[in-house]
Amino acid sequence: MGQIALKNQENLTAGRSYDLGGDCCSSGAIALKDATSPAADFDDFVSADPTAFVETDQDGNAILHTLVENMHCANCIKTIEQTLKSNPAVLDARVNFSTRRLFLRWLPDDVDVGELVKPIIALGYPLTPYNPAMIVSAAAEENARLLRALAVAGFAAANVMLLSVSVWAGLFSEDMGPATRDFLHWISAMVALPAVAYAGQPFFKSALAALRAGRLNMDVPISLAVILAAGMSLAETVQGGNHVYFDASVTLLFFLLIGRYLDNAARSKARSAAERLLLLKAVAATIVLPDGSCKTVSVETVTPGTHVKIMVGDRLPVDGVVAKGRSDLDVSLITGESLPSVVSAGDNVFAGTLNLSAPLEIEATKTGDNTLLGDIVRLMEAAEQGRAKYVRLADRIAGFYAPAVHILAAVTFIGWWILAGSWQNALMQAVAVLIITCPCALGLAVPVVQVVASGRLLVKGILVKAADGLERLAEVDTIVFDKTGTLTEGRLDLVNREEITSAHLDLAARIARNSRHPLARAVARAGNGAGEYLDVEECPGEGLKAVLNGTAIRLGNRTFCHVSGDAGSNEAPGPELWLKIENEKAIQFRFRDRLRPGARVVIENLKAQGFKIDLLSGDREAVVEGLADTLGIENWYAQKKPEDKVAHLKSLEAAGHKVLMVGDGLNDAPALASAHVSLSPASAADISQTAADFVFQGRDLSAVAETIKVARMSRRLIFQNFSLAFLYNAIAVPLAVAGIVTPLIAAVAMSASSLVVCLNSLRLRMERKGVMQ
Amino acid sequence: MNVLLYLIPVALFLGGLGLAAFLWSLKSGQYEDLDGAANRILIDDENDEIT
Repeated sequence: MGQIALKNQENLTAGRSYDLGGDCCSSGAIALKDATSPAADFDDFVSADPTAFVETDQDGNAILHTLVENMHCANCIKTIEQTLKSNPAVLDARVNFSTRRLFLRWLPDDVDVGELVKPIIALGYPLTPYNPAMIVSAAAEENARLLRALAVAGFAAANVMLLSVSVWAGLFSEDMGPATRDFLHWISAMVALPAVAYAGQPFFKSALAALRAGRLNMDVPISLAVILAAGMSLAETVQGGNHVYFDASVTLLFFLLIGRYLDNAARSKARSAAERLLLLKAVAATIVLPDGSCKTVSVETVTPGTHVKIMVGDRLPVDGVVAKGRSDLDVSLITGESLPSVVSAGDNVFAGTLNLSAPLEIEATKTGDNTLLGDIVRLMEAAEQGRAKYVRLADRIAGFYAPAVHILAAVTFIGWWILAGSWQNALMQAVAVLIITCPCALGLAVPVVQVVASGRLLVKGILVKAADGLERLAEVDTIVFDKTGTLTEGRLDLVNREEITSAHLDLAARIARNSRHPLARAVARAGNGAGEYLDVEECPGEGLKAVLNGTAIRLGNRTFCHVSGDAGSNEAPGPELWLKIENEKAIQFRFRDRLRPGARVVIENLKAQGFKIDLLSGDREAVVEGLADTLGIENWYAQKKPEDKVAHLKSLEAAGHKVLMVGDGLNDAPALASAHVSLSPASAADISQTAADFVFQGRDLSAVAETIKVARMSRRLIFQNFSLAFLYNAIAVPLAVAGIVTPLIAAVAMSASSLVVCLNSLRLRMERKGVMQ
Repeated sequence: MNVLLYLIPVALFLGGLGLAAFLWSLKSGQYEDLDGAANRILIDDENDEIT
């Protein structure tokens, strides 16, 4: 033990740590694998101007809040915190694993914040400073408020129920005197009334807001029932009466608050995921001044006509025209094309594309919101507004339910007044109707199913981002897929490995690891590329040149390697590379963007279930057609721009279809936002993940089928829950109208219906176990 | 029935104690990083090495 602990200590200072949990990652190393480049991440951190985010607390210590990426397990927490604390200036370093945030407090004297966090970034945990005031979200406060109300209601419900049970027991044994009963009623009143006043506020406020707007929502009958029940019970207690509903009013609040809390927690989780993605977008640009020197500025200050320098591995911050240089650009985010395009002086380039092989200098033509990227964001926002019109199932039912309940209560009141002649008695029966019909089970019907379903999906690595996503997904009849990165892995892989000798592959890999070009990366992945560093020259758009032991070696396209047009195998038209060693025969490397595992099965499955499947891609026609053939998709559309995709979805919608969009690229983001419901892989562009309702992790496409299955099962369960709640009403309401409901019947009926609804929802979880067997 | 005069306050007091404890834990931020707490239990304390 001592040995291991010591080892841990040593390794921590070296930036590595041993596996603590058994099957989780060894932090630093894994984080480093996920990170693009620690050096670039550090530049990003510095260019985000961290000193502007540093605050001073009342003791004069400096404070910084940052977001942390690539955190996976306990080891990551430990590595980050201990690495930071090993610096004597640091007073406090605390990671919040749930929200992926880091809080740092240190002595400000002579300590540069960049130097302080550099070791963390070097370990592969990119940091982004943020202003905590910006994201103190209303949802989190609302959550805490609901939790407090829930605690108060729970306390009151338990204690009042304790007293009520004694009263009921006395009722049956008939030996409780009226004095004792009144005494217990008074104590109940003292507990219940403050609890109702405090814990009922979320409902009262929402009901008031609805009434002011001239609408009725579920909270109106809830508030009425709770207030009237408490008020009437107080009147009964004062008169020494028998019909006291304190227990009903507080348990009602307790159950409803559970539903409200679950609902709110799901919603705020979705929101914080989106917030996090938006906060990570800190962009800087390096501009070239007229005297030739460079300066890093924030991207907003770049004006058209400014020359911007783009290093290898940088994303373009603005749209522009290439002024100097020649390079390969990864345009997959914008067009969905899997191969980079070669640009040289005079070519138009777009913000959001990634520079792969050589430094470029571009002259900005459009900046900020005017760039193609800005257009896409605008398209997406416009599309999202359309979707906000969706009315949730529970709210649709409330639209019928609330008026019906109020009319029923009014009829009961008038009926009893006319028949029995006493308005006090009539009022009591009307209140009994309101209590019985109070949508307690209805309030739980949707949130409980949602929580169970989200939990089940989470186990499979699927995150539910939109609170109403499952409801919308269950209505879908058409599925539109994007190609690159969605049906395929969006990553090129070597396909003719067996035709190449290991020696050649390793040599090629050794050269290729110097380049960021997707084909070179594929070669580097296929071979091990070990051996000493080679001095490689990259010719953008052509290939790589190296000299080993006096022999010239080239890795690149046909013309670059002097290969005649008809050489090599042409069976699979796809991207290729050639390896030419001086005086030897050139060797062909062929690549293909592989299908995601499970893609074919999932498509067949979905077609068999009667879904209409479309393929919508920005890639070239031949590539899309080939893929559509392989997967058996009849409706495919190639070379679609983002706005074409949105138009396609709109036309499907106009034809009465409810569309599920599955996509990953930046170019899909507007389509994802405008579809009835959307899904994207975790490898997708940030903005697409923000737009999507569901995000699935892992490579397997079967997550799509699983999500649809769970969504449909949830809808079935929600309808079952509603039916159960209505069935209960159908039995209890006539009793209430007839005036034979006692507080005991009300309490039992209400708790029973809520329990039945919860248990029914849990069946979703049981079925998972069944599937696993 | 005089025993009720003791038992009811005792019951309410114990319930209130639970409520107060919950509200305190909520206020002191114990519900802010549930995933983190689950993971931190795996981390060894710094001072429990056997030397």
